[in-house]
Amino acid sequence: MVKEVTKLIHKYLRHDKKFPHVWCPGCGNGVILGALIRAIDRLGLEKDEIVLASGIGCSGRMPVYVDFNTLHATHGRALTFATGIKLAKSSLTVITVMGDGDATAIGGNHFIHAARRNLNITAIIINNQIYGMTGGQSSPTTPYGCYASTATYGHIEHAFSIAELAKTAGASFVGRGTVYHIHLLEKLIKHAIVKRGFSVVEVISNCHIQFGRRNQMEDPVTMLEWMRDHSVTVEKAKDMEAEALKGFFTIGILADVEKPIYTEEYTNIQKRAKLLNPL
Amino acid sequence: MVERVLLKGNIAIAKGAIAAGCRYYFGYPITPQNDIPEYLSSELPKVGGTFIQAESEVASINMVLGASAAGARVMTSSSGPGISLMQEGMSYMAGSELPGLIVNVMRVGPGLGGIAPTQGDYFQATKGGGHGDYFNIVLAPASVQEMYDLAIKAFELSDKYRNPAMILCDAILGQMKEPVALEEAEEVTLEAKPWALDGSKGRKPQFLKTLYLSDGEQEAHNLELKEKYDRIREEEALFEGKGLGDCEIVVVAFGTVSRIVKTAIQMARKEGIKIGMIRPITLFPFPASIIRETAKKIPRIMVVEMNTGQMLEDVKLSIENGVKLGFYGRPGGGIPTPEEILKEIKVMLDEEGF
Repeated sequence: MVKEVTKLIHKYLRHDKKFPHVWCPGCGNGVILGALIRAIDRLGLEKDEIVLASGIGCSGRMPVYVDFNTLHATHGRALTFATGIKLAKSSLTVITVMGDGDATAIGGNHFIHAARRNLNITAIIINNQIYGMTGGQSSPTTPYGCYASTATYGHIEHAFSIAELAKTAGASFVGRGTVYHIHLLEKLIKHAIVKRGFSVVEVISNCHIQFGRRNQMEDPVTMLEWMRDHSVTVEKAKDMEAEALKGFFTIGILADVEKPIYTEEYTNIQKRAKLLNPL
Repeated sequence: MVERVLLKGNIAIAKGAIAAGCRYYFGYPITPQNDIPEYLSSELPKVGGTFIQAESEVASINMVLGASAAGARVMTSSSGPGISLMQEGMSYMAGSELPGLIVNVMRVGPGLGGIAPTQGDYFQATKGGGHGDYFNIVLAPASVQEMYDLAIKAFELSDKYRNPAMILCDAILGQMKEPVALEEAEEVTLEAKPWALDGSKGRKPQFLKTLYLSDGEQEAHNLELKEKYDRIREEEALFEGKGLGDCEIVVVAFGTVSRIVKTAIQMARKEGIKIGMIRPITLFPFPASIIRETAKKIPRIMVVEMNTGQMLEDVKLSIENGVKLGFYGRPGGGIPTPEEILKEIKVMLDEEGF
């Protein structure tokens, strides 16, 4: 098993640079990177065919470590430059990795419009409920009443659900996993990459350093146990009363709908434009 | 066979872009440049290109960044308030050395201002505009023909130097119509971009970034950029000179204002006053040496702008001590008349005892 993991690392990581990585010991980002690499490997994708684009934050370090075509650019804008890349080179598999603040605060507008537009792009959003890299400030997913470096008396804003936001905005595929349920996570990422259309995987992850420490979960194990104890699979949740679901979040496939993707629609536009107004 | 057609300035830019091989446009509505996205939304699909109306100017410029990273010729356009929102993306493009065309059809400001023409965005365009130590290549057309020609030129320079390029024009140039000679349509073959994220095999790992954390790494990157800007300054400065051989005073003006100055020059010649003009066509690189050399022979310079004195500073930096420098500006949508300009020039010449 260890051998297998090492082989994959050598195959996909830029192991000649930037290591050791910047993530804190026990960070969920490594688990997510591992799941992403295994998903790509099992799908048999060539690394040259993949673009991994990120925003800024701890999640933004991911493109530094993997040997795909990678783009590490502006905070909140990963989906906009992914849109540009996908249109200019539609044959590439375009994946973005963002954090919760990255994708839903500064990049929130891009996120809902990317979902509405339905390009064939995969968005992995790591939700650790906090701005980790900058020192534990509250984010749009910091739960009500929790503590952050900018919410020292308890957070009085209400968190929104990234997965529900994606569904409402029109994403073709929406999944939610955690870094505790690693097999499910790999499956969701695989599904999202294969799915034709805008696909979102929200990953509940642990930032025990910035979030946990301020909220009585200061080690990674406690946080992983919290995920285990507060998640319910979509299948199980179906048979549960709303009252019983209070305090739990669902994991699994939350939406999987068929709709025409943007580039297909645009190819039709190109045909129509040429037919109606030949040059 | 060169085709001559009557075109609006905004459309000329769009046509120039297509002629240059631009196949991607991302933008957000704002007056007075809406003809550009409207035209391209119907024309790009015909040539296999793609148009997206983005959710904001912030989105537009970052979509430009993405398509550029994948190796495509790509553009956006806007006006003052939207261009301000794009500064973030332009800084990242400059930092990761990505080409692309940004068109600013200037409207008055600060703030929302209005939709009247101005040259008030000169500083923002030519001094970087966003954060960090960088420059855009800035071209300033003065006719609808140049809107077309300089759009093509902007893409060439932008690719050549891997640097964002801007066309800085105003509401007058964008909205007026003039005859334009169009280049014969031919397939544009772009030079290979080995740095692009295009999925090519057998390559070294490709990684576009603007983050340099190791000791001295950022400084080295900045110095490399500086070397590039110096090369651009050395090789790409463009200007138009008029009546410089026998004049008593030289006017420096760009874009729309240069057209008005030409009328003032004709009026003055009838009165026996000889006025010359230097019209910078590239604002970055600024044609400093022609201004410096001309001022040595004719030490009277008058700068005329539709702002309160922005290019004036670059002219000041270009000339040596002992040159008499005058300025006439009309900001906030005011457009100088030839009579006003001539009057200001006469005042300056009178002070000198002419």
